[in-house]
Amino acid sequence: MSEDAQLATQKTVDFRGGGFAPQSKKWVGFIVFVLLIGLAELGTRTGFITSLTLPKPSDVFATFVDLWQSGLLWKHLIPSVSRLVIGAAIGASVGIGVGVLIGLFSLVRAGLVPLVAAIFPIPKIALLPLFVIWFGIDEPSKYALIAFGTFTPTVVATYGAVDNVDRSLIRMGQSFSLSWFSIVTKIVLPGAMPGILSGLRVSLAIAIILLVAAEMLGAEYGIGAYILEAGSLYDLERLFVGVTILSILGVSVSAVIGLFENRLLDWRT
Amino acid sequence: MDLRLEGIGHHYGDMEIMQGIDLEIPAGKIICVVGPSGCGKSTLLRLIGGLERPSTGRVVQVGEPPIDSINPLTYIFQDFALLPWRTVEGNISLVLEDHGIRGAKAEKIISDVLARTKLTDFRKALPKQLSGGMKQRVAISRALAVKPAVMLMDEPLSALDSQTRELLMDDLVGLWTREPFTAVYVTHNLNEAVRLGHSIVVLSRRPGRIREVVDVTMSLADRELGDPELERQQKHLWNLMRDEAVAADKELLNV
Ligand SMILES: Nc1ncnc2c1ncn2[C@@H]1O[C@H](COP(=O)(O)OP(=O)(O)OP(=O)(O)O)[C@@H](O)[C@H]1O
Ligand SMILES: [Mg+2]
Repeated sequence: MSEDAQLATQKTVDFRGGGFAPQSKKWVGFIVFVLLIGLAELGTRTGFITSLTLPKPSDVFATFVDLWQSGLLWKHLIPSVSRLVIGAAIGASVGIGVGVLIGLFSLVRAGLVPLVAAIFPIPKIALLPLFVIWFGIDEPSKYALIAFGTFTPTVVATYGAVDNVDRSLIRMGQSFSLSWFSIVTKIVLPGAMPGILSGLRVSLAIAIILLVAAEMLGAEYGIGAYILEAGSLYDLERLFVGVTILSILGVSVSAVIGLFENRLLDWRT
Repeated sequence: MDLRLEGIGHHYGDMEIMQGIDLEIPAGKIICVVGPSGCGKSTLLRLIGGLERPSTGRVVQVGEPPIDSINPLTYIFQDFALLPWRTVEGNISLVLEDHGIRGAKAEKIISDVLARTKLTDFRKALPKQLSGGMKQRVAISRALAVKPAVMLMDEPLSALDSQTRELLMDDLVGLWTREPFTAVYVTHNLNEAVRLGHSIVVLSRRPGRIREVVDVTMSLADRELGDPELERQQKHLWNLMRDEAVAADKELLNV
């Protein structure tokens, strides 16, 4: 080999590593949005897309500004956000509590896992009439619907996360004679936190979907009511304004969870 | 405080892991346990520390642990078992908090053990920022913080590279020389065994029994890398273990 080395062709070894490591490239998502909206604007302006198919993005924006200036935006947004916050807070906290109990106690697990599996696939929207009978047409039935919808995915994510906590850490805790309560609060819960937070991302998106559903049925103000009204009038501009607000709500919720993840989970490699 | 194992036997289901283990663990001595893979060394350590119940026999505590001992039987694990979300000092205060030691008193203990393991500068570091050797030092200082009567060490150095291992062995010898501690030290590395053990227990393959107990009389501080007497002892241990190891290896293939 050494003698041939000078004569043989030389070539850098091809790189074949890399990838599979998510990196933060926030602007890419932004560009995708801008491109799509730009395309829609171009299409509607040139007449390639008729105004019946899709409203002009600039018109949608103008409608949004109107809504803002008339003060109606806040009138719709504030009840919606408060429903979302209250309903999701109830559902997520009960869900995390029950999930932790399922993770910790075999008896609770045996009793509740089948039950959760049974109620998970029920479309919660179908239960809205039931909630109206139980809690009345006002706010409580909306809270209940959102809470119920957030509850099931949170439970499943939480007990999965508790199951995944490194057993050797728990054994370490026992070997230092930590109390049961300390092991749960100082080892199990922090260890389950990554799984719980990523579960919350899913649960909260579901909460937004249910929020709209609840508001479509008997609410004077709220994004859902606004969309319903626009839809029944075939007012596409306002429909799109409503949908856009929902998307922004979703992105904000996801950003808030991202903030929590950065603060709480900076210990991850 | 001494420990005595009386007729310890253990099985998982139908599988007999160990049989008739009788052993004295005298205060102030390091007992090394070597044996082929799967012979039940880790299991034995869990039995000694009360993390598992033996199927037969019992572990006897002879005499009282020193009054200042916070957690008499304390483990040091192969995989360090540090909480990744707590800093170095947080990992140590974790094991003190539950015994009601907080504030200035905890502070004093933490500073002391960090100084003894040369970690003072890394007090606020998270485990992810530390190398393997440093992590094991943190685990050692956490163990020292609870003033154990007996340290139970399961292959504490085997996740480390050989240079780091040498350094940490020196550290352990230094710690022991300044203040002798009692330890049961499980390892599969015969060199570690002859460097650290006052006596070395050789286990047979599964079901584990004590094959021989080899005493090494040379004082810990005098044992150096490549000492001919130690080499001889190590060779003797290897001769004892070779057949067992070969047989154990084949057994695993047959399963
Ligand atoms: N919880 C358990 N349930 C069933 N079998 C187990 C359990 N723990 C260990 N074993 C079995 O017991 C035997 C002894 O295990 P142990 O971990 O004590 O061996 P070891 O001597 O520490 O091995 P190594 O040198 O690989 O660390 C192994 O065959 C293992 O598969
Ligand atoms: Mg082992």
